[in-house]
Amino acid sequence: MSQSTSAVPEIGSIEPNRHGYRTFTLGDFGFSRDEYFVQITWPKGSHLIAVDAFLRALQRDIAWGFFYGIVNFDAVVGTVNHYGSVDLFAGRFNAHYRKAGMDHSQRFDTPLIQRVFEAMLEDWTNKTFDPFASPQETGSAFGPKNGSNKEAITRHRVTAKRMIGAPGDEPTRSDESGFPINRHFKDVPQDTPEVLAEPGFEGEVVAFNLFAYLSRSDVTWNPSIVSVCKASLYCPTTEEYILPVIHGNDRVEWFVQLSDEIQWEVEDRDTGAMRARVTMRAGDVAAMPADIRHRGFSPKRSMLLVWENASPDLPTLYASGKMPPTPVQF
Amino acid sequence: MEHKTRFGSLQDYTKGGVEVINDDARNYVFSNVFDVASRSKPYEKVAVGKNIEYVIEAIRAEGTSGWRAPAQDEFALVMDGEVEIRLLKLEKPAGATQGSVALPGTPAGKKMGVVRARRRHMTLLPVGSAYQFHAAKPGVVLLQTVAGADTVEKWADICQTSPRPGR
Repeated sequence: MSQSTSAVPEIGSIEPNRHGYRTFTLGDFGFSRDEYFVQITWPKGSHLIAVDAFLRALQRDIAWGFFYGIVNFDAVVGTVNHYGSVDLFAGRFNAHYRKAGMDHSQRFDTPLIQRVFEAMLEDWTNKTFDPFASPQETGSAFGPKNGSNKEAITRHRVTAKRMIGAPGDEPTRSDESGFPINRHFKDVPQDTPEVLAEPGFEGEVVAFNLFAYLSRSDVTWNPSIVSVCKASLYCPTTEEYILPVIHGNDRVEWFVQLSDEIQWEVEDRDTGAMRARVTMRAGDVAAMPADIRHRGFSPKRSMLLVWENASPDLPTLYASGKMPPTPVQF
Repeated sequence: MEHKTRFGSLQDYTKGGVEVINDDARNYVFSNVFDVASRSKPYEKVAVGKNIEYVIEAIRAEGTSGWRAPAQDEFALVMDGEVEIRLLKLEKPAGATQGSVALPGTPAGKKMGVVRARRRHMTLLPVGSAYQFHAAKPGVVLLQTVAGADTVEKWADICQTSPRPGR
């Protein structure tokens, strides 16, 4: 497992299958889709995922650069980020697959798996479907091949260097820039803070309306950076329906619920055994320990502040046991 | 259908909580910024989140704070009320190495400006400056920073410890 695969001669079939979709291989894994499902195969087994759920998960995995730790597409298939290489696995974090010896994992250099995943996403996303949108804001993912939606799947990911609205940094959002207020956030005030900068300090006296900014997000479950305090990153996001992945932590992350409510199912990261249910309402703060995985459910579009520590040493510190999995002990 | 977005405030918040199945509620360090600020002294810097050296502090804004100098950029998000944030460019570095340090009186420096921020507004508190908060009525500021000497950690007082919410 320590050796990663860096090259394959062909990443997808040239000829489409009878539904119009290409099939893909990545090492020992095969991927194909039909009108309703994606089938994943590996030497010891196979697995089906509904195509809308698969594309939503695939979209996040690509957009987040394989994120921090584990991105479980469901209870069987997913990826582990090693920050330079990525494990693709089946059953590795499922106690029953492990016990049956049906689990499989293979490591790939990040550019390779990214290239295959991007090709898969592009070929399998029809023009009617937006994997980033909530179910009520997109058409169907199902059926035979029906065009493509490259604009939706290649959105710019916001990564502020200092703070949204600071000079030279990511801009705020407006109708004019193509970000209308979302239907669930029509009541969110759009006023701007009163900023009175003395001459010469216009670039350092900076403020913006974070809630208005979030009310204009056109995606769900997509943390993006709005402020940077060294390695401390504020990554707020708007959430509706179900988090398309089950995120397995390789470090502690924190949630601050800014509006409305999300319920989190928290499971053991390695086995999937349920550990807790966390209900978060406006103003609530909770840590997600480094040894769990979690999936959120948001009945109404809500604003969630995801707080990350991007220090590169953390996965090793937690994995080695030098750091306890919980952020504070009391 | 019209949707109502629910934000919290000092006067109106409803906490969720942790329902333990096979765990310890303390592992989730669960608190609520309005609950914490409602029981804090003005401008007490109470950590509600900690990630190694980094913290998120819930601060009750009430009256006028002392001046502070950050050792790095900090970010103040007003969660409730209206807060005036006054900024000065310091003549001399304040010597803060981590988080921020309190400065006696009004420090020497050049006025940079003022931000009048209401709930939902985020303000940059730039390194090299000093800042002062003023709130005519109680409000809440959520501060993104690094733990410093004045950061208050009282987790057992603010966090859920029982296996069910509200107990």
